[in-house]
Amino acid sequence: MRENLTQLSYVLAAVLFILGLRSLTRPDKARQGMQMAAVGMLFAICGTLINHEIVDYRWIAGGLVLGAIIGYPLGMWVPTTALPQRIAMSLSFGALASVLVGVSEYYNALHGVGETIGTARMAALGFEVLLGSLTVTGALIAFGKLQEILPGRPLTFPGQNIANGLLFLIAFVLLVMVIIDPSRSSAFYAMVGLAALLGVLMVIPIGGADMPVVVALLNSYCGLAAAATGFALGNSILIISGSLDGASGFLLSILMSKAMNRSFSNVLFGAFGGGATTAAVGAGGALPVRAISAEDAAIQLAYASRVIIVPGYGMAVAQAQHQVRELAELIEKRGGEVKYAIHPVAGRMPGHMNVLLAEANVPYDRLYDMDEINGEFPQTDVALVIGANDVVNPAAREDKASPIYGMPILDVDRAKTVIVLKRGMAAGFAGIENMLFHAPATSMLFGDAKASLSKLVSEVKAA
Amino acid sequence: MLFLELYIFVLAGFVGYMVITRVPPLLHTPLMSATNAISGISLVGSLVAAGSHRSSVATILGFVAVVCATTNIVGGFLITDRMLKMFKRDDPKTKSSSEPK
Repeated sequence: MRENLTQLSYVLAAVLFILGLRSLTRPDKARQGMQMAAVGMLFAICGTLINHEIVDYRWIAGGLVLGAIIGYPLGMWVPTTALPQRIAMSLSFGALASVLVGVSEYYNALHGVGETIGTARMAALGFEVLLGSLTVTGALIAFGKLQEILPGRPLTFPGQNIANGLLFLIAFVLLVMVIIDPSRSSAFYAMVGLAALLGVLMVIPIGGADMPVVVALLNSYCGLAAAATGFALGNSILIISGSLDGASGFLLSILMSKAMNRSFSNVLFGAFGGGATTAAVGAGGALPVRAISAEDAAIQLAYASRVIIVPGYGMAVAQAQHQVRELAELIEKRGGEVKYAIHPVAGRMPGHMNVLLAEANVPYDRLYDMDEINGEFPQTDVALVIGANDVVNPAAREDKASPIYGMPILDVDRAKTVIVLKRGMAAGFAGIENMLFHAPATSMLFGDAKASLSKLVSEVKAA
Repeated sequence: MLFLELYIFVLAGFVGYMVITRVPPLLHTPLMSATNAISGISLVGSLVAAGSHRSSVATILGFVAVVCATTNIVGGFLITDRMLKMFKRDDPKTKSSSEPK
C-alpha cells in the first residue's frame, strides 16, 4: 500500500515536471507552470518520506531545515547579474548530492549492510560517481571563474589535452575494474578522486566567454548523474528527472556551441583549446577611432526614428539595465521605435540578457533573437552597442583568417550609424581586433556604461 | 527490470528534447534554473540514505546530500519564480507609442 502511494506520487511528480517545463515555451504561462512543478516536487518528497526503509527522521529533518535555510537566500537575494555563478554553484550542489548517495550506497553494499551489487547496478553507481564528481569540481571552477575568484583567462599548459585524455582513460579503466569486481574499493575511491581532478582540469583551460557552453554542458552532466542514481536505486522518478535535465543541458550546449561556431564534438570532450584565445591582438592603436561626446550621441538618439539596442556582458557588469530602459522610454516618448537585439551567447549564460532586461521592466516582446532582427539593421538609424564586442565583430563574417570566422553575429555594422559604449579600446574576451569600432559610421562613447547611459538620459531629456 | 529502466530513460529524454526545443531563447536562463530545481529530485535518494540507518557513514553522507538537494530545490524554484515574475508583456495602456510588430 505504502509502496503504491510512493509510486503514485512519483508519477504525479513526473507529469507535473514535464508540464512545468512545457509551460516555459510560453512566457505568460511559465510562472504558473513552474509553481505546479514545485507542487510535483512536494508530492515526490512526501511520497518518499513514507518509505518503509526510513527508520530515523532526525537527520532528515535537520538536512531539510538546513537546506531550506541555505536555499532561501540563494533564491531570493542573489542579484540577476550574478545568475551565471549562482547556477554553476547549484550544479555543483546537485552533483554532490548524487555522488554522496552513490558513495553511501556503495559503502553500505561493501560492508554488507545494503543490497548486494550486481554488475548492472555497479555500472550505474560507477557512472553516477564518475560523472557526478567531475561535475562537482568542474562547476566549482566555473563558479570561481564567473565570480572572478579565479582568473577568467584560460589557464593552459602544453600537452593538456593529452594529459586529460590519459586521466580520463585511467578513470574509465578503474570504472571497468570496479564493475567487474565491485569489492575493489580502492579502485572505486581512486576513480572518484580522479574524476574530481578531471573536472578541474577540464574547466580550467576554458575562457570566461565560453562559459555559457560550459555551464550548459555541466547541467547536462549533472542530469545524467542523477539519472544514473535512478538506475542504481531502481527509482524511476530519478531516471525521468535526470533524463529531462540531461536533455535540456545537452540541447542548450548544442545551441550555444552553434552560436559560437564550435563543433559539438569539440564541446562534448571539453577540448576548447586555446586557439581563439591566444590570437594576437592586432595593431589597434594605429587605426582611426572616432570618439563622441554624450551630448552629440544624445542628439543622434533623440532624433532617430529606429533604434536597436545591443546589450552585452558590459551592461551586466555595469548593472546598467535600468538606465537602458530609461533611455529607451525617452526615445519612445519622442516617437522613436526601440528594439533590443539579443545574441544567443551575449552575457555569461544562455538567456542572461533577457533576464537582466526583464528585471528592468523591459517588455519581453521588445527583445528579439539574432535571426529575427538581423534583417532590420540596414533600416536602423542608430544601433547602440552597450558593452558587447565579439558578438558584433564583422570579422566573423568577412575575415577568413579571424579565429571567430563563421560565428553568427549581429549585423550591427549594417546600421546607418553605430554608437558603441565601451570602457576603453581593450580587445574583447577573445582578444580579437574589432573593425566595427574603426568603421566610418561608428562613434565610440567611452566610459562606464552606467555613467554614460545616465548622461545620455539627461541629455536626451534636454534635447 | 534494467531494460524497463532504459526505456524510461530514453523516452523521458525524447520528451525532454521535444519540449525543450520549443523553449524560446528568451527563457533559457529560467529553463536552466528550472532544470536545476528539478534535479533536486535527487533528494528522494538522499532521504533514504540519510534515514535508513544502515551505517553511520551512509547516514552522514546522506545528511549532506539532503542539505545539498534541498538547497537546490528551495533556491531553484524560488529563483525561477522570481525571474519569471519579471517577464512582462508590453502594456498598451501605459505606452503612448504604438508598437509595430
